[in-house]
Amino acid sequence: MPGLLGALGLLALVTVLSVAVGAKSISPAVLADALLHYRPDDADHLVIHTLRLPRTAVGLLVGAALGVAGAVMQGLTRNALADPGLLGINAGAALLLVIGISVFGITSLTGYVWFGFAGAAFTALIVYGIGALGRDRATPVKLALSGAAVSAALASITTAIVLTDSDAFDRMRLWQVGSLAGRDAALAGQALPFLIVGAIIAIPCGRLLNALALGDDVARALGQRVGAARAIGALCVVVLCGTATALAGPVAFVGLTVPHVARMITGPDYRWILPYSAVLAPALLLAADVLGRVVARPGEIQVGIVTAVIGAPVFVALVRRRDLAEL
Amino acid sequence: MAALLFCLALSTGAFQIPISGVLDTLAGQGTRRDTFVIMDVRLPRVLVALLAGAAFGLSGALFQSLVHNPLASPDVIGVTMGASAAAVTCTVVLGVVGAAVSASAFAGALATAALIYVLAWRRGVSGYRLVLVGIGVGAVLSSFVSYLMSRADVTSAQAALVWLTGSLNARSYEHVWPLLIGVSILLPAALLLARGLRVLGFGDETARGLGARVETLRLSILVTGVALAAFATAAAGPVPFVAFVAGPIARRLVGERTLALVPAALAGAVVMVASDLVAQRLLGDRALPVGVVTGAVGAPFLLWQLAGANREGRGG
Repeated sequence: MPGLLGALGLLALVTVLSVAVGAKSISPAVLADALLHYRPDDADHLVIHTLRLPRTAVGLLVGAALGVAGAVMQGLTRNALADPGLLGINAGAALLLVIGISVFGITSLTGYVWFGFAGAAFTALIVYGIGALGRDRATPVKLALSGAAVSAALASITTAIVLTDSDAFDRMRLWQVGSLAGRDAALAGQALPFLIVGAIIAIPCGRLLNALALGDDVARALGQRVGAARAIGALCVVVLCGTATALAGPVAFVGLTVPHVARMITGPDYRWILPYSAVLAPALLLAADVLGRVVARPGEIQVGIVTAVIGAPVFVALVRRRDLAEL
Repeated sequence: MAALLFCLALSTGAFQIPISGVLDTLAGQGTRRDTFVIMDVRLPRVLVALLAGAAFGLSGALFQSLVHNPLASPDVIGVTMGASAAAVTCTVVLGVVGAAVSASAFAGALATAALIYVLAWRRGVSGYRLVLVGIGVGAVLSSFVSYLMSRADVTSAQAALVWLTGSLNARSYEHVWPLLIGVSILLPAALLLARGLRVLGFGDETARGLGARVETLRLSILVTGVALAAFATAAAGPVPFVAFVAGPIARRLVGERTLALVPAALAGAVVMVASDLVAQRLLGDRALPVGVVTGAVGAPFLLWQLAGANREGRGG
């Protein structure tokens, strides 16, 4: 419990940084003033209210969703390498987004959130369905290969559409990096109901994942309904990943890295791993976002790149560990 | 089959030239116009398709039998992604075109493969670790590519995208020669290594018992496979799925239990030339990059292959 409070403190600190740091430097006094006495005619206040606060809010939502989704995914598949990005969810969301833009002519971000959401759900089902075929269910290697292969397949369809439609291409390449920039408050508000539903589904998941961690047979012997538990977990992943990806674009490695850090703090109990992930993941995401804004001034490096650079070494380290296979 | 497609590819196009005319021209007896169209415009393109297809096919077969996994082709595990990252850097950041892009793609593929190999090394390199590290490295590189694309202006980004898809448009002899040299060195090398590959197929312990130097052997096979993929990517771009489908097609044709390196190379060449023919004709006057066709055909094939491999418990 004190650990969780510490994590929350960390998150609060990063949140403040995310509002305070940016291309335009704004003094803490002005910042406080902007938050307490907002005046729309002041340029600094305007920057904070229309750019940085929504951006930070989106970061918090997306981060929490990715963290919880990653943890549930790892528990569900008993797979240390599960991550919404690596398992192809992003590629699926991207494909449906392109179809939304190119075929249905949707131009607003609020319009194509729905397509990203459907794409994520559909890919999650395909990847897990294929990965879990066969006797030994979804081993890490099988799932990772399914993810990579399905990503490659969907990406080439995406490219085919995009090549014939330069308008869709232009929108797409900006979304595809994974970024928190330019998401307005209305969008965060629209995503919120989905994320709340995801969070509610996540609440019983801690107990269910603990049971699944014992192995299907033991879980069944203890009176656990294994199939139902899986279905609830999967629903949780799809809702959270789909919304997060539609909001921020493909952000890989956050859902992979954070649950491992959480596990190091809490041990194997998912009732603790989930809340820790929900707090630490937005902290990581916002920190990465701030970092991307600071290192490349006056431009910025999108958050998806920064998390990839931070997360990839973790991934390689996990692969090199001997007891990779089971959680 | 490859020879037939070869002639067909030379004979069709904006100017139709009958097959007999093609054969005459190749023998040096053609009319002036036929000679120009065939020797200067179509032949380089078809040669690049043929050779790159063969190199991709052979490379894929080497990877697949080395890792004992039908899914472990160089495009799935991130090697060609390294080529893409380097080439896009060249196009978008440095603004160069032509041979320099090919050279950087080649270097990128080799560097990425070396990185994957080093990261996967832990008292030897096991197949699954190589695949997983490759997927991780590939993920980082692909987000880097997206980043560069988001920075570039639309025109140069779209040019980069055509390259990224794998295209044979406007290929000339400057693309043919390096590829031809590469393939003519690496094909015999691959055939020499085939025996070693078969020994490795018994498992590391047995192979050691038979007197094979397992790590050296694995490294040389890997280097050959990567170099083939690198030459092909440098010439044609990272054409998706050719490396991946060639091996399984070849095995299906000549029987399941053989290595089938030469058939894999031929299958790769056929797939590539045929796909390019389709890509040029599909939308009438608008030529698509060949990678669009191989992607569209390869993707469902891959899913089917994946499902089959997992069902039989060969997936890893």
